[in-house]
Amino acid sequence: MIEMKDVWKTYSNGIKAINGIDIKINKGEFVYIVGPSGAGKSTFMRMMYREEKATSGTIIINGKELGKLKNKHVPKLRREIGVVFQDFKLLPRLTVYENVAFALEVIEESKANTRKRVMETLSLVNLKNKARFLPDELSGGEQQRVSIARAIVNNPHILLTDEPTGNLDPETAWGIMDLLDQINNRGTTVIMATHNKDIVNTFRKRVIAIDGGLVTRDEARGEYGYEN
Amino acid sequence: MMKQEVNTGMKIKTFGRHGKEGFKNLGRNGWMTFASISAVTVTLLLVGVCLALLLNLNAFGDQLESDVEISAFIDLTAKQDQQDELKSRIENISEVESVTYQSKEEGLDNLIENLGDDGEVFESLKDENPLSDAFLVKTKDPQDVTAVAEEIKQLENVQDVEFAEDTVNRLFKVLEIARNVGLALVVGLLFTAMFLISNTIKLTIVARSHEIEIMKLVGATNWFIRWPFLVEGILIGIFGSIIPIGILIYGYYYLIDLIANRFPTLFIDLLPVTPFVYQLSGLLIVLGVIIGVWGSLTSMRKFLKV
Ligand SMILES: Nc1ncnc2c1ncn2[C@@H]1O[C@H](COP(=O)(O)OP(=O)(O)O)[C@@H](O)[C@H]1O
Ligand SMILES: [Mg+2]
Repeated sequence: MIEMKDVWKTYSNGIKAINGIDIKINKGEFVYIVGPSGAGKSTFMRMMYREEKATSGTIIINGKELGKLKNKHVPKLRREIGVVFQDFKLLPRLTVYENVAFALEVIEESKANTRKRVMETLSLVNLKNKARFLPDELSGGEQQRVSIARAIVNNPHILLTDEPTGNLDPETAWGIMDLLDQINNRGTTVIMATHNKDIVNTFRKRVIAIDGGLVTRDEARGEYGYEN
Repeated sequence: MMKQEVNTGMKIKTFGRHGKEGFKNLGRNGWMTFASISAVTVTLLLVGVCLALLLNLNAFGDQLESDVEISAFIDLTAKQDQQDELKSRIENISEVESVTYQSKEEGLDNLIENLGDDGEVFESLKDENPLSDAFLVKTKDPQDVTAVAEEIKQLENVQDVEFAEDTVNRLFKVLEIARNVGLALVVGLLFTAMFLISNTIKLTIVARSHEIEIMKLVGATNWFIRWPFLVEGILIGIFGSIIPIGILIYGYYYLIDLIANRFPTLFIDLLPVTPFVYQLSGLLIVLGVIIGVWGSLTSMRKFLKV
């Protein structure tokens, strides 16, 4: 469960990115975060995995109050949250398999367990046959699926995706949506910041609209509501 | 869910990984690594030579100092009771350890003996001994020699006071200058080496920033991220200590050998090879590791941000 109570965020340069947000997201939900560029969507996401600290207010993730979380406990929080970006952030010199395994190696998972989990996850994202490929040898959609595999290989409770289809053509974007839906159906909470009107309007889920750092709309089966 | 416990202890496998990554880091900026190792080498070489010199000089100084005596020559006119009073006055000076009487005949014998071959010239003087009877004074602390000598000079019935003033003072001066010059050089070099190491590691951190970002994102602990860079620094320190240790061990053996074979009459007692050189070698490795760790911590504090 994710809960925000009267959360504010002012960056050190004085920009007020989030100006009093109250929100509750239950386990297993699929939520779109929509809003114009500069609305504060990415800041909202970054606060959830403690990449940014809220200036004031309370954020509770799986019972942990992030404001009170010690720095040394941040890694544990991050292991419960998968994060996916628009630009994939794959390591170019590692193969598909190695990129996904990397996430488990650096948290000291055993080799046998790593192998089993990586293979399972690669088959979930349908890339088992390209395990030995380098990121350069893949299409954009495939690269995004590797990055999703890396985010979920540790079975996190929550998957945060910040404009995951932003760099992809519509056809490919639909493939990614199918995958996210599948992940959501297994019980993972999925939160997706997006600009993609077609996806939001077709693939109907809860929509939280943010503008000027405030929640302007929160609908159970909402629409995009902006003219891109 | 998989086991989610964040392990702070280090498993053997993890230790191996950090070691491997540390070695890989060394290769990443070959020339910078080479420069860093060279800087550590020069630094430790100087530290080693300075320490070997200073410790030997100190030991030599101690030995000399313990030999330093003040000769207080007694006025020829002084009667026995005046001599006794003078002796007890000297003994009453708080820094004085012992006072012994030496007749002028003994004084001349000692002088002739000390001068060895050159002393023969003085044999002829035996009949008309130019020396006076004297009290030989030892101080508790060799450093007080000058002050005590001054004090004795003021006493009645003292004709003159002599001690190896120049030798003592010069030795202290030399020791002090050597110590200061050595220290300044070593400190300067230490900072240079540290600076080079931290810059080398900064380059590695920059080269791996992408990887570090992902590690943080997926929940690697801060120490898991730091260790390879720490290993890199430690390795630079250890590699940098190899040549200085080699030179030190070889050089010291050579020197001892040289003195023993070529200049057996030279009155210099160097500290014995064992355990001295090995202790010094251990110290150099430890110093190398400290410089390395210091360099990598400096770099991590500025650039790793974990
Ligand atoms: N690291 C940062 N430092 C300072 N200002 C930032 C930073 N990140 C974002 N901002 C500012 O905060 C506001 C919200 O940005 P962001 O959360 O990225 O919005 P969105 O993702 O909706 O486009 C913008 O005005 C942006 O310029
Ligand atoms: Mg954004």
